[in-house]
Formats: sequence, C-alpha cells, structure tokens
Amino acid sequence: MRPTTFLALAFVLAFALPLAQAQNATGAAPVGNAENGKRLWVKDNCYSCHGFDGHGGAGAKLAPKPIAAAAFIAFVRHPSASSMPTFSSKVVPDADLRDMWAYLNSIPAPPTAKDIPLLNQ
Amino acid sequence: MASKNSRGRRSFLKGAAAIVGTGPIAMAQQAQVAQNRSVAAPGETASAARVEVLTNERPGADFMLEVIKSLGIDYVAANPASSCRGLHESIINYGGNKAPELLTCCHEESSVAMAHGYAKIEGKPMMSMVHGTVGTQHATMAIYNAWCDRVPAIVILGNEMDAVARRSFVEWTHSAQDAAVIIRDYTKWDDAPSSLQHFAESFVRAYKIAMTPPMGPVAIVASGKLQEEPIEEKDLRIPKYSPTISPQGDSGAIAELAKLLVNAENPVIVAGRLARTAYGMKLLVELADTLQASVNDQRNRMNFPTAHPFYNTGNIANADVLLTLEVEDTFMLTHRMSPLNRIGMDPARRITKDGAKIVSISSLELLQKSNYQDFARYNEVDMNIAGDGEATLPILIEACKKLITPDRKRALAERGAKLAEIHTRNHEQSLAQATLGWDSSPLAPARISAELWAQIKNEDWSLVGNDGFFGRWPTRLWNFDKHYQFIGGSGGEGVGYGAPAAVGAALANKKYGRFTVNIQNDGDLNYAPGVLWTAVHHQIPLLTIMNNNRGYHQEVMFVTTMAARANRDVSRAGIGTKLIEPNIDYAGMARAYGMQGIGPITEPKDVGPAIKRAIEIVKRGEPVLIDTVTQGRG
Repeated sequence: MRPTTFLALAFVLAFALPLAQAQNATGAAPVGNAENGKRLWVKDNCYSCHGFDGHGGAGAKLAPKPIAAAAFIAFVRHPSASSMPTFSSKVVPDADLRDMWAYLNSIPAPPTAKDIPLLNQ
Repeated sequence: MASKNSRGRRSFLKGAAAIVGTGPIAMAQQAQVAQNRSVAAPGETASAARVEVLTNERPGADFMLEVIKSLGIDYVAANPASSCRGLHESIINYGGNKAPELLTCCHEESSVAMAHGYAKIEGKPMMSMVHGTVGTQHATMAIYNAWCDRVPAIVILGNEMDAVARRSFVEWTHSAQDAAVIIRDYTKWDDAPSSLQHFAESFVRAYKIAMTPPMGPVAIVASGKLQEEPIEEKDLRIPKYSPTISPQGDSGAIAELAKLLVNAENPVIVAGRLARTAYGMKLLVELADTLQASVNDQRNRMNFPTAHPFYNTGNIANADVLLTLEVEDTFMLTHRMSPLNRIGMDPARRITKDGAKIVSISSLELLQKSNYQDFARYNEVDMNIAGDGEATLPILIEACKKLITPDRKRALAERGAKLAEIHTRNHEQSLAQATLGWDSSPLAPARISAELWAQIKNEDWSLVGNDGFFGRWPTRLWNFDKHYQFIGGSGGEGVGYGAPAAVGAALANKKYGRFTVNIQNDGDLNYAPGVLWTAVHHQIPLLTIMNNNRGYHQEVMFVTTMAARANRDVSRAGIGTKLIEPNIDYAGMARAYGMQGIGPITEPKDVGPAIKRAIEIVKRGEPVLIDTVTQGRG
C-alpha cells in the first residue's frame, strides 16, 4: 500500500468517522468557548498566516462562516494544503480546536465590496 | 614635523612643469611631462636643487574618475573607506561632486542595494565604493541579491596590494591578495588593475559586461597606490565603450515556436525577469494581443499591465504550449510538491498535461556558475532558446503575425474574449477578498493598499517595494501600466534589500518628478536603517509605508511547523521570530534620522488621513515614513 493511501485510510478511521459520529449523535455543531478560542488563536500563532480574525493571508480564509467544526478539526489534523502544518491532538487538543472554531464562527461578515467606496474606484 | 622618510613624500625637480587642464587628453599630456623630467639620484649633485614635495595635484584617481565619468555614471554610493580615499577626494573635488555625485551611506550593504534599486528604474548602474575587505564583506549580501536579480552594479573595492605601502596594522587587516574572491561566485567579472591604463580598460570592460544580458554585478579592485600616486603613465586614453548587442534567439527555432503558438488552443506565456525596459513591456503586450494568449507575470519586473484582459489568466495545467520568458525556475512552475515540508515529501508531480510543449527563451542559458544554486533544477523543456527575451520578442511577434490567417484570427479572438471574462472574475474575487479584515486592527494590507491607491492614483507614481509580504494587494488592486511603476523584489531573498533599494529607486525617479512609494517590511528595515538618513541627507522624496507586523512571520510559520511535527509546544514559535517586547517605534526611528515619522497607526480610520499628510510632505521634496501596524502575513 502506498504511504499516501495508508495515511488517507488512517485519517478516515482515526478522525473523520468519530467526529462525524459525534456530530450525528448530538445533531449540532460542537460547542466551544469563543473567548478562549481567540486567546488560543494568538497563542498558537494561527494568526500569523490566517490573520487575527481568520480573514486569511498567506494561509486560507477561515472566517467569517468557517467550514463545519468537524471538517475544520479534520483538516488541522491532516491538511491537504502544502504549506499548512499538521497539528496532532497532542499539540492542539480537540477542545482547543473547538474553541478556536467557535471564535472563528463569531467573526461578523465584513461589508461587501460594493458597499466600500474605496473598492469602487 | 613628518620624517623625511615618510611614505607618500615624493621628490621632484624644482620647477617641474605646472600641471594644468583637465580631461584625459590633458592628463596624457601631463603624464608626458612627468615622464620627461629628470630626478636627481641620491648623492648626485643635480643641476637643480632637490626639494621635497608633499603635494600631488595630479593623483591617479583623477584619471580613474575621468574613466568613470566617460560612462555616464551619475552617482557613487559609499560608506567612507580609507582604501578608497584617493578616489573619494577626486570625486568631490576634481569632479566637483557632479556626475558622479557621492551619496553618503551608513553601510556598504546599503550602498550596493541602493545601486540595485536605482538600476531597475534608470536602466543603468550607479557605482558603489567599498573597502576591499571589511566593506566587501558588508556588501556581499547586496551583491548576491543583484546577481540573483540580474541587475547591473559596479562595485569598486579599495585595496593595497603593495605590502610596503601599507601605513599601519589596520591597512594590513584591510588588504587582501585577492579582494574580489569572496564575491566571485556571484559577480559576472572582476579585475585588479595594476596600472591606470589597465584600470581604464578593465572599468569599461566591466561596465560592458554588467550591461550585457543576463546583466549582473561586476567588481574592480582599485589599488590605493594607483589612486594616490601621481599620474606617470604616458598616452593614457579611455577606451571607447560600445554596448554589446543583446543576444537574440535563433531565427529557425523562433519560426518553429511561432508555429506552436499560433496553432495552440491554450497557450500560456509566463514572464520572469523579461522586461528590462518599457519597450520589453510593450513587446509582451503585442505578443499577447497577437496570440490572444494568457500572460502570467511573476512580478520580478514590470512585464505586463495588471489591467490587461489577459493578465494572470493562464492555467498552466491546461496549457498545450507553455512559453517561459526569462523564467528562473521552470521546474517549480510546472511541478507541485506535496506536502511542501521535507519529511514525507512525495516526489515532485508534473502538473502540465500530457503532450504539452514547454519552450523557454532565456539569456540565463548563457551564464551559469556552480557554487550558489540560484540556477534551480534542471530545465527540462521541449525547446530551450538561448537569447535575451526582450531582444528576441520582435522576431517572435513578426513570425507569429505571418502565420495567422483570417480564420485563425477569429478563433483567437474568441479565446481572447474568454480570457477577458476570467480576468474580470479574478478582479471581482480580489475585491471580495479585500473586504475581509477591512475594519481589523492590526491593519489588513488590503485596506492600506486601497487607502493608498485612492490618494496616489492621479499622481505619476512608482511602487519601488516588493508587495510579496503584503498579500500582493497593490498588484491586485492598483492599475500598473507603466514600466517604472514596479521593480520586483530582491532576487536572492536576502533581507535588508527593501529600504536601500527603495531609496536608490526613488533617487532615480526624482529627476522625472515621479511620486515614489515603498512598502517596507519591518524586519528588512532593521538590517541597516541608516539609509533613512541617506534619504533625508540627499533630499530624496519617498513615501515609506511600514508593514509593521512585528515579526518575521514566514519564520513563525516554519518554526510552528517544526514544533507541530515534533509534537511539541507550537506556542513557543514566537521565540526568536517576533519583534515584540518592546515594540519598535518606526516613526520615532525615522525622526531620529531626521525624517518625518507618522504613527504608529493601528486603527483603519486613521490610515487615510496619515497618507494625506505624508503625501504633502513628499510633494515638498522630502522623505516620510508612516508606521502602520499590520496583520501577520497579508
């Protein structure tokens, strides 16, 4: 088995299914502490690439309207983007990621481009 | 009183002919006079009384300066160096400190980086003058950047090869057998002339080599004795400079390439360091319009107008013909690695589709060195045309035009219309992305870029800083349509280039009355901030916007990656990578150097008024710095 295939299978078994099951069982997105998530976002240097409010930059845009929490956590564990580090649960526990997701989910939408005169020059 | 044995004293016959006149002919004549005079030997009774002469009104440096002047070099950037003192004095007195004018620099790296930025605007080199040892060691990084960026620069290295002519221990530590050896791996050519005529020929040769594509830095070692001793050589003359005609790609290969391009369904053109001049940019537009083809601009030069409907519309994975013009790294352009991190890295995967033809036109094929690896991976293409891209485009355009039938022209126009739609979508996407973080504090680069554009778009502006660490927001939001509006980056990614290159470029823009803007990374400025003083001292108008993200955030990411991979504490990645505790006061730093400093600006609403105030200052002919506190990486 090629290493990449093995990793993909391991990912599904180890992370995606349990998360999906957890979500299915509760029927709702995991609850996190947005305030603590904001603190962790800075402490763990996520802001360095994704911006203080997750709007993106060198890293992908994550807010407003982040992807589903389970997908967010799964991606952090096994990112497909070539420059995104892999964070194991030993480094950033699921609880921390849920808090960060809650923070990202709390970011309000910006005005649209047509509502910003400077972007209509 | 100095000893009679003091070095540097020379004995001449009393009544030797007074030296008059300037210029090479006059100097040659004076050299003849010096040759004809007789010198009384020790113990000999001379007919004329022997007197000690402590002055020398015709030092060799005067002739060296004539050579430098003959090539139209307008500036010499230098931190004062005793090994260049002869030339220094000739520049300011014999030459009247005009063409070339001496620019006072606080670091040799600044001297060469200023020359780097200047050359990319002015299209010709300025000269830098450094100690052959300690100054060259300081200048190495900037010389390497110029090498990687294929930019002409002429560096004079002061040195004293004659051991008995060294005045002190310091001159021993400041002398070398082979002063240029430490930069030889990343200069096109160097020499250590042993006579004034040798200097003349080597300097003109060096200039010619620097200006021949692929361009690059050159070095001339200027002997201290040669600078300071009287001119004694006869028949000195300055060789005629005739620019080398830029090498053009083979006409047969170009005809074959034209067939490929005209018949291609989805050609993509990628421009690297292509447009050396405004003409190069015009040619690329003509080629794109002729073929109705996408142009992906790597932004190492101002190659293509950002508002052109074909700008950055190419999808390399879909290309059936990929034409690279002065592109350094075709491999990375045509391959992907996943993940990028070395552990677990899969072999690079080619992204071009089967059967796609890849053709390269580049002058880099004509110059490769082995030690530093800036040549990148092997250039595996279908056709490799050695020649300068800009010089080759006219025959390529002509060959393409001859092959386009009316039917083909209609088909190409349909493709052009589709590309224009992609361009419009890309622009709309950029605008939508610019809204993200619009009201954030720290400031989003997109917001600063939009605020700047609103206030400079009606000026004759020139952006002389690379926007790569600024999310490329100026590139995405502004309308770049003139060659001098963008000059790319450092080339070697050696930090410390930004501020001095911007000052050099702003100096070049000054005589054209252009409004110069630099987006300045904070880490970069801290290498040699004394160049702010140079800008003030020489009254170089320049608006500097600090990208003050308080750290080396690319390195934050790398160290975070390493920590995450090792299952260790990622929160410690800020150690050694962030510029906090204390925060650096860049407006205060500017003021310390005599420059007007505004900020720190942390709130979006304050950006526009700060820019307005700064523009007024620049229009008075002064440099100014605005410290904007920004997000991490765009």
